[in-house]
Amino acid sequence: MRSFELVRFALGAIIAHPMRSVLTSLGVVIGVAAVVMMTSIGLGAQQRVTQAISGLGSNLIIVTPNFQRGPVAQAAGAGVSLRDGDAVAIARQVEGVAAVAPLVRGQAQLASDGANWNTQIQGVTPDYLVARDLKIASGRMFDENEARQGRKVLVVGPTVAKELWGDSDPIGRRVRVRTVPFEVIGVLESKGQAGFGQDQDDVVLGPLSAVRSRIAGRRSRGDSVQTIYVKAVDEDSLDRVQEDVTNLLRDQHKIRQGEDDDFQTQNMASILEASQAAVGTFTVLLAAVAGVSLVVGGVGIMNIMLVAVTERTREIGLRMAVGAKRSHILIQFALESVALSLVGGLIGLTIGVLGAFAIAKLGEWPAAVPPWAGPLALGFSVVVGLVFGAYPSWRAARLDPIEALRRE
Amino acid sequence: MIEIQDLRKVFIMGEEEVPALAGVSLRIERGEYIAVIGPSGSGKSTLMNILGGLDRPTDGTYLFEGDDVGEFTDDELADFRRRRIGFVFQSFQLLPRLTALQNVELPMIYAGMTPKDRRARAAELLERVGLGGRMTHRPTQLSGGQQQRVAIARSLANRPDMLLADEPTGALDTSTGEEVLALFEELNAGGLTLAVVTHDPEVAELAHRRVSFRDGLIVSDERGRKA
Ligand SMILES: Nc1ncnc2c1ncn2[C@@H]1O[C@H](COP(=O)(O)OP(=O)(O)OP(=O)(O)O)[C@@H](O)[C@H]1O
Ligand SMILES: [Mg+2]
Repeated sequence: MRSFELVRFALGAIIAHPMRSVLTSLGVVIGVAAVVMMTSIGLGAQQRVTQAISGLGSNLIIVTPNFQRGPVAQAAGAGVSLRDGDAVAIARQVEGVAAVAPLVRGQAQLASDGANWNTQIQGVTPDYLVARDLKIASGRMFDENEARQGRKVLVVGPTVAKELWGDSDPIGRRVRVRTVPFEVIGVLESKGQAGFGQDQDDVVLGPLSAVRSRIAGRRSRGDSVQTIYVKAVDEDSLDRVQEDVTNLLRDQHKIRQGEDDDFQTQNMASILEASQAAVGTFTVLLAAVAGVSLVVGGVGIMNIMLVAVTERTREIGLRMAVGAKRSHILIQFALESVALSLVGGLIGLTIGVLGAFAIAKLGEWPAAVPPWAGPLALGFSVVVGLVFGAYPSWRAARLDPIEALRRE
Repeated sequence: MIEIQDLRKVFIMGEEEVPALAGVSLRIERGEYIAVIGPSGSGKSTLMNILGGLDRPTDGTYLFEGDDVGEFTDDELADFRRRRIGFVFQSFQLLPRLTALQNVELPMIYAGMTPKDRRARAAELLERVGLGGRMTHRPTQLSGGQQQRVAIARSLANRPDMLLADEPTGALDTSTGEEVLALFEELNAGGLTLAVVTHDPEVAELAHRRVSFRDGLIVSDERGRKA
């Protein structure tokens, strides 16, 4: 016989009971919708994390003190192990470095023209812009001289500018940081909202020495820095630069072989990789939980298929009497089960995609329905239909035609 | 055309063995019109089911045009039923979801005919049984006699060699029963081999040969038309 006839038989049986068919496939609808939504949310999260981390700057290595280190570092000074000299040494001695930017930071109250704003103030060198891929929107960045002299000038982020001066031009404004007066000489370009609810535009930059001596905590020694950003010239040299920086700093800090580093270096690429892997694992976990409801949906289909086989026993007997082979009956019922599941899969996919977009809208989360969500959802539906339709179909095919015809 | 030798069928009901056929031998020639009669439980339906390839004998041989049907696999039996046999049941056995036309088309679907060809043939068959105007009716919208005529049209779909009817008029009143019998007469006149199980002596009279059963054995086999 022609195979499309078997498909027609299966669809005919489903259309004969539209309400029952939809209710039967409900489990698969929910399962598929949940899987699609979960993977979409997961992918959205992944994109968000990627955006946030790469927003910190590309080809970046972050060097921070390691507080877990033993007595030597503590004796040297209250958990501070990085100094201006380290940054200078890296810039001079490590090859393939595009920019080295030491940084100190502190929280400070800013006051200007009667407006107040509490924000993070970062003491940096001009190279900081290069290291973090920041750009000046208006005005200018302070130069090496100004930085060295500790001139009291500031470059402000767009959020700070808006909070203190609204829409008017901040350049040339006087602003008091705690009690110290500074002058605004530039405004940063917006980097926008990063992940984790952080506003990357809510920041002010000042010359390293000025910020260190007047603002960042009393505890800081005259030449200590909290972080050194090292930007490699390209992605390929990232690992090598990281290694060279580590070796150089061990040398600088006179750390003997076998002793732990009193600092740590983090490679942006590996941070990104690690967090993506974490989010990915989480997504798979969520999808797996959602997948359990697919199994429940499959059991629902199996149940109704068993009912259908019982209800249509006479039909099966008659089909056999007019010449249907057992394989024809088997395939007809298996297709019916797959079609039921597939209907559920299609409805579930639609709901899942709409749901993902709705959640994205509500949660200001990037909507990211993965392109493989459709094929995956429908593929799963087919598998569920086949697996859970197998037993009922086998029962139908094994029926004895005479007994089947005699059944009421 | 058909030759059965010492055919036996034993049903096992728990501990008990029920011999439905106790050694039946019979020859049926092409074009014959046979009535199978006998008391209830004498094995008539059992014989028909075996002749039609719906059931297998416990013992004995069944040759159909020289082929040993008893040796057929399940798939070969399905092919045999589809190509060689037309069944007519007491309870019609139409599929309630399908129209008269679709019911008649069903065996042709399994035969792999194109939709166009089988629709044309189904329509032609319905015309022939006098139901040209009822093609899109569903079984519930037809009288018993009409339903049985749809079933007969269906049994003829794949041009069988033999029609097997197990009490085809059992569920019909006398006059509609007569319509069905007239149709059988006509089909047999056209050369179709026919075996009809019946309780009704008047129905049996119409056949050209009467085979009587009792306790799973043939007790008489008369030829010649009485009516
Ligand atoms: N599936 C079965 N299982 C057990 N016994 C059976 C089965 N089918 C038939 N029998 C027995 O076989 C014997 C013959 O049955 P069969 O149906 O052939 O009788 P019949 O001549 O057609 O009777 P009726 O005129 O009542 O239809 C009966 O004793 C019946 O009980
Ligand atoms: Mg009977």
